Amino acid sequence: MSEIRAEHLTRILAAIPYVRFLGMTAELAGDEMTAILPFSDHLVGNTMLPAIHGGVLGAFMEMTALAQLSIREPLRRQPKTIDITIEYLRPGRALTTYARADVRKLGRRVANVHVEAWQEERASPVAALRGHFMLSVADPTP
Amino acid sequence: MTDQPATGDFNTQMVRMTPQSSALGFEFVSSGPDGAALKVPYRMDLVGDPESGVIAGGVITTLLDHVCGMAIGAAKSAETGADAQGVARMGGMATLDLRIDYMRPAKPQRDVIGHAHCYKLTHSVAFVRAVAYEDDPADPIAAAQAAFMLTGAPTPTPESGS
Repeated sequence: MSEIRAEHLTRILAAIPYVRFLGMTAELAGDEMTAILPFSDHLVGNTMLPAIHGGVLGAFMEMTALAQLSIREPLRRQPKTIDITIEYLRPGRALTTYARADVRKLGRRVANVHVEAWQEERASPVAALRGHFMLSVADPTP
Repeated sequence: MTDQPATGDFNTQMVRMTPQSSALGFEFVSSGPDGAALKVPYRMDLVGDPESGVIAGGVITTLLDHVCGMAIGAAKSAETGADAQGVARMGGMATLDLRIDYMRPAKPQRDVIGHAHCYKLTHSVAFVRAVAYEDDPADPIAAAQAAFMLTGAPTPTPESGS
């Protein structure tokens, strides 16, 4: 099952051009996914610090939420984002950023997902996201 | 303000000298007392849903975050009378929080405009609203509400009260 999930996740991420633009990847341990964003110069939003663009951190966490939902519900189409709220806690430094998503509620139509992103220490997140996502109707199975 | 920002001014720094802005192909549209606007041209490598060809939500997020920052520069300019060169010396800003409502998918193959207005500027915090659209701000793809911390000491000017 976990190998099927991993293959599914790899296929989903590889199919999204913007994921390649960011350089984002993901790893699975059972059903727990860690999204990985290696640092790259084109992600910088503040050259003085330097720091990763806040929009990139938000985009990375949104994509993490969408990927986690796809693992939970492999038969559905990509969910649509309804709203997101991003909290910025620390500057995203020129380091690899990680994120994990927690599906707080998976309803029939809407999912509520919390995401946290960190760099060197999991206990010191750089940003967090809360979002609502519209789920498409599951594929009818015979 | 002008349509062609001069090298070294605030808008040039934001649009052309910020790596992520260049990578997404952001183009300066306008900046003035009623806010700032940026455009992101449609590109295949920015697509988030390969089935529909719709640009990724993350691109809209970055566009809105970025244009909110530009609107703060425009508000500083309106408040102090400083030009874009002067605004560039007033210190930076950091996003505290950003909320985005996605009302509808962006239209495939279309450029997206982000327009932001800083409706309150205090000594240390700026409050900004923004929308993203193709043609009509009244028919938005997304709307944003954000708060920013102003970092670095603003250069005191005779006009600035607080």
